[in-house]
Amino acid sequence: MGKRVLLIEDEPNIIEAISFILSRDGWTVHTHSEGDTALAKLKAQTPDIVILDVMLPGRSGYDILQDLRQTDGLRDLPVMMLTARGQTKDRELAERLGVSHFMTKPFANADILSAVRALADGTGVGDTVIGRAAPGRGAVNGA
Amino acid sequence: MIVSFNTLVAVALTYVAFLFAVAFAAERRAARGNEAWLRSSAIYTLSLSVYCTAWTFYGAVGYAARSGLEYLTIYLGPTIVMVGWWWGLRKLVRIGRSQRITSIADLVSSRYGKSTGLGVIVTLMAVVGTTPYIALQLQSVTLSFSVFASGAGGGWGEADLWSAGLWVAVGLALFTILFGTRNLDANERHHGVVMAIAVEAVVKLAALLAVGIFVVWGLAGGIGPVLAQIDASPIARWEQSGGRWAGLIFLSGAALLCLPRMFQVLVVENADERHLGTASWAFPLYLMLMSLFVVPIAVMGLSLLPEGSNPDLFVLTLPLSQGKDGLAMLSFLGGLSSATSMVIVATIALATMVSNHIVLPVWLSSRSEGAIVSGDVRGVVLLSRRLSIVGVLALGYTYFRLSGGGALAAIGLISFAGVAQILPAMIGGIYWRGANRWGAAAGLITGFVVWGWTLFLPSFGEGGVLSARLLAEGPFGIGWLRPYALFGIEGLDPVVHSVMWSILLNTCAFFTGSVVGFPTPLERLQGAQIVNVFEHSDGPRTWSRQAAGAEDLLIMAQRIIGPIEAQAIFQTEARRQGKQGFLPDVSPEFVDFLERELAGSVGAATAHAMIGQMIEGATVSVEDLIAVADEAAQIMEYSNRLEAKSREQERTARALRDANDKLTQLSIQKDAFLSQISHELRTPMTSIRAFSEILRDGGDLKGEELTRYAGIIHAEAVRLTRLLDDLLDLSVLENGNVTLNRQQGSLEELLDRSVAAAGAAGALTVRRNRGREQAILDTDLDRLAQVFINLIANARKYCTAPNPELRIEVRRIGDRDVVDFIDNGDGIAAESRDVIFEKFSRLADHGTAGGAGLGLAICREIMGRLGGAIAYQPGQGGAAFRVTLPGRAALAAQ
Repeated sequence: MGKRVLLIEDEPNIIEAISFILSRDGWTVHTHSEGDTALAKLKAQTPDIVILDVMLPGRSGYDILQDLRQTDGLRDLPVMMLTARGQTKDRELAERLGVSHFMTKPFANADILSAVRALADGTGVGDTVIGRAAPGRGAVNGA
Repeated sequence: MIVSFNTLVAVALTYVAFLFAVAFAAERRAARGNEAWLRSSAIYTLSLSVYCTAWTFYGAVGYAARSGLEYLTIYLGPTIVMVGWWWGLRKLVRIGRSQRITSIADLVSSRYGKSTGLGVIVTLMAVVGTTPYIALQLQSVTLSFSVFASGAGGGWGEADLWSAGLWVAVGLALFTILFGTRNLDANERHHGVVMAIAVEAVVKLAALLAVGIFVVWGLAGGIGPVLAQIDASPIARWEQSGGRWAGLIFLSGAALLCLPRMFQVLVVENADERHLGTASWAFPLYLMLMSLFVVPIAVMGLSLLPEGSNPDLFVLTLPLSQGKDGLAMLSFLGGLSSATSMVIVATIALATMVSNHIVLPVWLSSRSEGAIVSGDVRGVVLLSRRLSIVGVLALGYTYFRLSGGGALAAIGLISFAGVAQILPAMIGGIYWRGANRWGAAAGLITGFVVWGWTLFLPSFGEGGVLSARLLAEGPFGIGWLRPYALFGIEGLDPVVHSVMWSILLNTCAFFTGSVVGFPTPLERLQGAQIVNVFEHSDGPRTWSRQAAGAEDLLIMAQRIIGPIEAQAIFQTEARRQGKQGFLPDVSPEFVDFLERELAGSVGAATAHAMIGQMIEGATVSVEDLIAVADEAAQIMEYSNRLEAKSREQERTARALRDANDKLTQLSIQKDAFLSQISHELRTPMTSIRAFSEILRDGGDLKGEELTRYAGIIHAEAVRLTRLLDDLLDLSVLENGNVTLNRQQGSLEELLDRSVAAAGAAGALTVRRNRGREQAILDTDLDRLAQVFINLIANARKYCTAPNPELRIEVRRIGDRDVVDFIDNGDGIAAESRDVIFEKFSRLADHGTAGGAGLGLAICREIMGRLGGAIAYQPGQGGAAFRVTLPGRAALAAQ
C-alpha cells in the first residue's frame, strides 16, 4: 500500500507499539517526538495520515492541530488524535479544532488499525465518526 | 541683732516644704484608704482654727492696744454659736451631706430650687467679701518679712513688699492647686489640705502661747506684775460701747457660718456629725487659748517698745527687741501659718463656687450652640477650678497692691459684714419652708447693696471711691441716703450702723419677697427636704419620668467623677437591687443619689441640669449631651473605634473572599490533579496493553522481539507501581498521617547509602567532602535518605552535561546544617523554579525521566514533616538544591 503515516508522540514505548502495529499492516510510519517542530515536519513530509498526541514537549497537540487546519495543503489532512486525558471537554475541544478522529489511551490495537484504514479510505470511522466537521474541511468524514 | 534675712527665708521655705510633705503624706494615706485618723474629731477641730487668720494672730494684739477688750468679741461670737447653737450646725452639716453641698453658694442655690442665679449672687458676694481679706493675709506676711529685713539692716521699699507678696501668692496658688484639685468629689477630698491646716493650727497656737509665756514670766515677772501693768495701762480705761459689742459678737458669729472658708471646713470637710460634739467645746477652748495672752502682750508692747511702733506687729517685735531670735522666728511661723491656712482654704472654697456656679453653667449653656469644648467634663471641671484658684489669688494680690496697704486694718470686720448678708437667706432657708428664691434674691441683693454703700465703699476713705462731699451730704444732696447716716440716724459707729441697716433691710426684703413670690415645685420640694432634713434621710424624690437608661447615666457619671468611682457606685447599687454587673434599675432613689454624687463634683445646679437633661430629655437629647461632654479626643477615639470596626469587617470580608478563592482554587486543583493522575496512569497502561495484545496475537515475532516487548511490559508495570506508591506516599505525607521513625546515624553513611540507591554509579560523578560529613543525625533516617536519593536521581536523570557531575556539600549556616546538591548541568529555568515542587510538575521530558513528577513534591513534604526544608538554590552553575537539616537532627560534629 505504501501510504505514509506520521506519528507525533513522545513516549518511546508507545511509538514503538504503534509503529509495529501499522508497519505490519503495510504502512510507512515516520515518527516525530517534538511539539514545537511538528508543523515544519508535517509541511516537509506531507503524510497521508497524521496521528497526533496531545501532551508533547514544546507544544501541545491542540495548538498543532489548530495551525495545521489554517495551513494550505494541510487543511484536509486526516488527523487522528491520541490522548491519555480522555475527558469529554478534551474531545470537544479537539472536535472544535477540526480533528478527524479522536481516540483515548489505552487503545485496542485493532481499533487504531481500523481507524487509520478508514481515514485513509476517506470513509467514516465506525462509531467514532466525528459528527461535526470543522469549517473548511469535509472530505474525510463528510461522505 | 540678729537673725539674718536669708536665714528667715530658709526657715520659711523649710516650713513650707514641711507642710507640703504633711499634705502629701496625708493624701497618700487617704489614697490607701487609711483615713480614719485623718478624719478624727481632733483634726476637725484644729481645721476650724482657720478662723484665726493673721488678722487674729497679729491683729488681736493691735486691736487690744487700740480698743481694749473689744477684740474679745471676735472670739465670743463663734464661741456662742458653737456652744449655743450646735444643733443648728448639726442641721447644716446633715444638709451638706445629704445634698452633697460643696459651698455656701451651693447651699443657697440648692435650697431655692437649684437656682443658678442665686448661686452666682452668693458667689460674687463671697468673692467681693473675701478678696480684701486675702489681701490682708498677703500684707501681714510681707510685713512680717519686712520686720526681719529692717531688723537685719536692709529696709524694705514698696517694691520689695510687692514682690514678696507676689511670691507668697504664687506659692499659695501652687499649694492650693496641688492639694485642692487632686480629686473631684468635694465630700471626700482635701485630706492633705485639712491635715496641713491642722498642723498650722498647732504651730500658731504654740507660737502665740510661747510669746505670751515669755512676756508674762520672762518680761513682766509673773501674773501679779502683769495684772498691775494692765491696770496701769490705757487698755483698762477704754470705754466699751454695748451696741458695738453686740454688733461685733453678732458679726463674728455670723461669720463663722457664712465665711466661705468656714463653711468649707465646718460643713464640706466634715466627715462625721459627731465631730461637732467635740468641736463645740474644743474650738471655744482653742479660741480662748489664742486670746489668753493678747492683753499682756499688748500692754508690755506699749510699755517696752518705742512710741509709734505698730501694735499689729508686737507679737513679732517684742521678742525681737529682747533679742529672742528663736522665739521671734516661731512667732513669724505662727503668723505665716495663720495667713497661709486662711488663704488656702478660702481660695479652695471660692474657686469651687466660681467654678461650679459661674464657669461651668456658662460652659454647659455654651455647648448647646454646638460648640464642642475640648476636654471631658472632668477635665473642664478641674481646669476651671485651677483657673479659679489662680484668679482668686490674682484678685487678692491686685487688691493688696491697689489698696497700698493702708486701708487694710478694718478689712476683717468689713468682710464679716459683707458675708453676713447671706445669713438671712441661709437660716431662713433651713428653718422656713415658705422661703423662696424671690425672697432670697431680694434679701441678698438688698443687704449687699446696703453693705456696699454704707461700709465697703466708704472704707476706701474720703475721696477714695466716694467723695467727701457725698459722704457728708448724700448722693444728689439727699440727706437720708448718707452712707454713715442712713434714714437720718446719726452718731452710730459705722460698722454697727451698716450691719444694723443691711441685715434689717435684707431680712425684710427676704420675708417680703418670700411671701409675695411663688416658689417653683422643685423649690417647694427642696425646701421640704432641707427644712426637714432629719426626717428625709433617704433623700428627695425628684424625678418621676425615667427615660434615661442606666448605661447612659453610667457613661455620663464616668466622665464627671471618673470611671472607677462611677462604676463602684453603679455596681454597689446593682448589688443592692440584687443584680449582677454595673447596670442597676434606674429608680428615682438612685437617680437622686447619683445627682448628689455628681453634685459633689460639679455643684448641685449643674448636676441637676445634666441629670435633668438625661432623665426628662427636656431640651437636649442624651446624644447631644454626650456629644458635648465628650472631649474631642473621645470623639476621635469613637471614630477610631468605628474605623477599626469597619477595617475589621473589611478584613473579614477579605478573609472570606480569600477562603472562597482558595476553595475554588482547590477545586480546580483537584480536577487538574485527577486529570493528571489519569494521564500518568494511562500512559504506561497504553504501552502495556498495546504490547500485550501484540504478544497475544502471536504471528511472526522474532525471539528477540518477544523478549524486548515482554521487557517493555514489565518496565511499564514497574513504573505504574512506583507511581501508585508515590501517590500513596504523598497522600500520607500531605494528610499528616505519617509516623516518623526516629533513629541515630551518621550523615556520611546516609549519603553513601543514598548515592548507591540512586544508581549514580557510572552515570554520574559524585564529589563529596567527607571531612564535613562527620555529624550524627537524630531523625527519620529512611525519609531523609528518600529525599537524598530523589535529588541524586534527579541529577542523574536531568543533568545534560557531557560529563555529568554532582557535588554534595555539607556546611553550617547559622545554627543549622545544610546539604547542597549541585550538578553541572543547565540548571532549571527561572520561570520553572517556582513550580518544581508542585505535584506533576515534571518539566516536559517524559522519556528520559520515567517519573511522574511527584518526587520533589514528596521531598518537600518529607522535609516539612522532619522540621527541615528544601529549596532550589539559584546561581550555582547547575541545578542546585539545598536541604536544610532539621534543627535538632545534627547532634554533634565529630
